[in-house]
Amino acid sequence: MIPQPPDSTAPPGVDAESAAISWVRAAAPAVAAIAALTVSAAVVFAAGGNPAVALGALASGAVGDRFALVDTLVKACPLVLTGLAVALAFRSGVWNIGAEGQLLVGALAATAVGEASGTLPSPLPLLLALAAGALAGALWAAIPAALLVARNVSEVIGTIMLNFVAVRLVGWAVHGPLLESGARYPQSDPLLPAALLPLVAGRLHAGVPIAAALALVVWAVLFHTAIGFRWRALGQNPRAARAAGFSPARTLVSAMLASGGLAGLAGAVEVLGVTGRLFEQFSGGQGYTAIAVALLARLHPLGVAVAALFFGALAAGSGSMQRAAGVSAVLVAIVQAATILALLALESPRLALTHRAPAPANGKTT
Amino acid sequence: MTGTAIPWIAAGVGVSVAVASAPATLPVTASVSLVLPLLASAIALATPLLLAALGELVTERAGVLNIGMEGLVLTGAFAGMLGCHASGSPLVGMVAACAAAAAVGALFALWVVVLDADQVVAGAAVNLLALGMTGVAYRSFFGMTGAALTVATFAPLRIGPDLPVLAPLRQPAPVYVALALVPIVWLLLFRTRFGLRLRAAGEAPDAAESLGVHVGALRWAAILVGALLAGAAGGYLALAYSNTFVEGMSAGRGFIALAIVVFGRWRPLGVLAGALVFGVANALQFQLQAAGIIVPYHLLLMLPYVLTLVVLALASRASAAPAALGQRRSSNAASD
Repeated sequence: MIPQPPDSTAPPGVDAESAAISWVRAAAPAVAAIAALTVSAAVVFAAGGNPAVALGALASGAVGDRFALVDTLVKACPLVLTGLAVALAFRSGVWNIGAEGQLLVGALAATAVGEASGTLPSPLPLLLALAAGALAGALWAAIPAALLVARNVSEVIGTIMLNFVAVRLVGWAVHGPLLESGARYPQSDPLLPAALLPLVAGRLHAGVPIAAALALVVWAVLFHTAIGFRWRALGQNPRAARAAGFSPARTLVSAMLASGGLAGLAGAVEVLGVTGRLFEQFSGGQGYTAIAVALLARLHPLGVAVAALFFGALAAGSGSMQRAAGVSAVLVAIVQAATILALLALESPRLALTHRAPAPANGKTT
Repeated sequence: MTGTAIPWIAAGVGVSVAVASAPATLPVTASVSLVLPLLASAIALATPLLLAALGELVTERAGVLNIGMEGLVLTGAFAGMLGCHASGSPLVGMVAACAAAAAVGALFALWVVVLDADQVVAGAAVNLLALGMTGVAYRSFFGMTGAALTVATFAPLRIGPDLPVLAPLRQPAPVYVALALVPIVWLLLFRTRFGLRLRAAGEAPDAAESLGVHVGALRWAAILVGALLAGAAGGYLALAYSNTFVEGMSAGRGFIALAIVVFGRWRPLGVLAGALVFGVANALQFQLQAAGIIVPYHLLLMLPYVLTLVVLALASRASAAPAALGQRRSSNAASD
């Protein structure tokens, strides 16, 4: 199904081949990232740019000074949360391609609740807005989950459709009920300070440590709780899940609720920590980038934090690359694509680089 | 109610809602003058969806879910513009559009057929790749401002006498090619040996393989045909619907094509119905805006997606989808 996570046990009998396989498996994300940057340098060259200048500007824009580092952390924050959302769903064998839509409804709900509760005593508006964002994302993800469980509607189609509905919903909200008082631009009024995430240092908002902590929480839940075990079991083999005595349907719905909640929280954190208001085109595709983040992390929650930093750095550095080297910032999308494709190739069962060739089909019982 | 009837009923409901809602808010004369442009605009908007959805239909019938159609449409739009810009001929542009999309489609096929990579993930990568490649190439060819560049386009065909009532028929040639492809794809899938084998690869690849069908080759063919049609959809956008390329101009049409295939229950006529429903919904939005009518058009734009989900939910649980759709070969072999 999905690229096998590193902890999925190899068959018994450790030998030289297994050792080589686990070595390649451990190195795969780094190899993929390097391959992706190499491909991108080639693209820069083909487009008439200077790869050294472009990548140098990219690096200095990402980690060159304190301001750049903060920018990288701030850009990584929503990717940690959406990456966790995707990793959790994929681990559970559910194709949640809808982190984008869940992020958008999370941002919408956080804005609406943040505005409505802005005059309450201090921590309340913020907490209510964060909770509303997570809840909205979870409910948005519950729709395709219910359609899948009850009506056998593919969650790939369901989540993609709801991404589009969410885009329109945000568009409607900022042209309608949430339109700013002056009605000059299709955007909401700025949120009151009581609803905003406090700033830790410069533009670094409190959402960044929250996201890092959630990576630990998701790791703990996934590997050290009963529900986490069920999610992983469902992802490995739905029939075994049923045989182990728990309901695949209920497990699937709970995985989607948790996944949607994380993505919804990502939207809330962006509104409350970065933009301070909602507008059209609110998401820059973080919900889709999340797929690359989760895969580069090999669907591991702690890896998600690292992979999100990588893509956050690219996002932060792409602007200065565009200014310095004249290469469009959208080059970042090529890095993402090349990373995914390199990882898929390294994990390919046909190449058998990171796991044993599939057993011949003669052992089939059905 | 049979499963095949549902999209038609839904299509009927969609079209009648669309047509009925215009006169409800307008004087009769204005509504008459709106219906013909609406129809013309609906056909123009449905055509790229029809092309991409027919491509996805062929691909999915072979058991491959290509969510990278969005990227292939975008690739086609860019290559079409580039080809036309270089040659001055929209026809050359269209050939370039199809060829470029097929080349990216070959990359997708390399990953999902040869490397047996997961189709959903590989498709997502194709979308990102196309977005990045077209963006970088456009800026490097035409400057960092990305100033709009106009190219020659397919002229509308002059059909019949010069009557206003025939205006919706005066569409550029690719519209008619797209419509002609509906019966052609039907014949290909359901009346040829190739189609039979292709569907076998989508329903029971292991059984088909044991009977001597080369599943891998068929899936290569299906993916390439699908990519070709997605490229044509993109070429249409750049060379017939508009006369330029804009970054991200596929605007979700490749994703809508996925929905249309499900909506159309994996049949060419159902796909045509689905493309028309989406075309009418989009056209209605533009018409209402042009007429200065204040409606929450964002909510109207939501309707086709919601309608798709409702139709899918109402359709029988026994899915019309190819049985092996989206599955990897080796995971088939590995599951017990």
